Amino acid sequence: MIRCFCLTLALFISVLPQSAEAEEWRDGGKLLLTGGVTSIEGAAGGGLATWAVIAGDETEAGIGGTVHATYIALPDFDLTSYGGAIGFRNRIELSYAHQSFDTRSVGAMLGLGHGFTFAQDVFGAKLRLIGDAVYDQDRVMPQISIGVQHKRANQGAIIAAVGGKQSSGTDVYVSATKVVLSRSLVVNATLRFTKANQLGLLGFGGDKAIKYQPEFEGSAGVLLTRRLLVGAEYRTKPDNLGFAEEDDTYDLFAAWSVARHVALTAAWVDLGNIATVKRQRGAFLSIQGSF
Amino acid sequence: MLILALAAAAALQAVPPGENPADPYVQSNANADATPFTGKAMLNAFHGRAGIDRIADGLVDRNLRDKRIKEIFDKQDIVRLRRLLKQHFCYILNGGCDYTGRSMKDAHRDMGVQTADMGALIENLQAAMRAEKVPFFAQNRFLAKLAPMKRDILQEHKAKHRPPLQ
Repeated sequence: MIRCFCLTLALFISVLPQSAEAEEWRDGGKLLLTGGVTSIEGAAGGGLATWAVIAGDETEAGIGGTVHATYIALPDFDLTSYGGAIGFRNRIELSYAHQSFDTRSVGAMLGLGHGFTFAQDVFGAKLRLIGDAVYDQDRVMPQISIGVQHKRANQGAIIAAVGGKQSSGTDVYVSATKVVLSRSLVVNATLRFTKANQLGLLGFGGDKAIKYQPEFEGSAGVLLTRRLLVGAEYRTKPDNLGFAEEDDTYDLFAAWSVARHVALTAAWVDLGNIATVKRQRGAFLSIQGSF
Repeated sequence: MLILALAAAAALQAVPPGENPADPYVQSNANADATPFTGKAMLNAFHGRAGIDRIADGLVDRNLRDKRIKEIFDKQDIVRLRRLLKQHFCYILNGGCDYTGRSMKDAHRDMGVQTADMGALIENLQAAMRAEKVPFFAQNRFLAKLAPMKRDILQEHKAKHRPPLQ
């Protein structure tokens, strides 16, 4: 998988010198919300799903980026994520997110200790291949991107103890995003190949399954104003660990561009069963700064 | 002979008051580079031809004040631009107008328009439509007709070299 990651990076770099001709370098230029918000894994997207859009406010004549902080409050856990992303010429996105998952009192129940925290680092790279989600309104063709997310979880011993095979892993995905302006809609579909247990926080592969599995992330939203997108997302996940069933997740979200450089996302999320604890539904709050 | 032919063509395209003479070109609604809406719902959403005129003027006024793209518009025949924008919008919104300007490709040739300029213009158009209280969903339906023009409006990168249209 590391080789795959390297090959993809090499592909990214080969695309870099495509615009050799001198043109004026520009700050910003994307329309509000057309760079998406930040997904929990740090890539530009919705809340749970990664999209084909490239992070930042830049166009093909500039560099942009985002920083984010996300907090998901669940009945028995909470998940925080912070990080940033760089968008280069609206073509390449490099992202980082640090996730931590606080088990609070469940940690004591599971014998890990109160407030035991699983964490992971997610290093992402995304390449826009074809299409323009916003401007190609006369074409059915969406904006299509491919990407990788390399994840390194920090609790290798616990992961092994619950049946996880590895504490690091690499997801690869292909994502298609389209703004349907004539209907004020934004739709996205992502196909992700992954072994991750609970996004990777509980490792990769397990006693039930160890292979890469295709998983789906779908988002659909309606633009109510140029600053406000409301919608829903659905994300399937592998179910690799025998000790605890893992569920698909969904959310209902509102992404609000408060100002040109600031977006707030609020969502109601259902993360299902997590580590034997049922019905983890709660609030998702995220703030993103962008340039 | 060529000069005579061009002079004859120019004579046929009489210069409206306040405008500079333009080099002759073939006039056609095909130059609008968009399929007009059918029915009157969109025209009504834009408050008829009077509303369209206010929006086009509002767009030009905002562009001339916008430091991001002012440089592009400062070089244009603004009287002509206002007239053609009104025609263009009216044609697309099925307001009963003919578009007599150049195609998007010809009108923006060698202007060096970049995506960020297009973004700035769209923001100004959105502001002009908001000022006219055009419902947001109707604004987007209209923008969906304009957005694909980006491919013709953006050409070779020559941002430091922006000759006037005429």
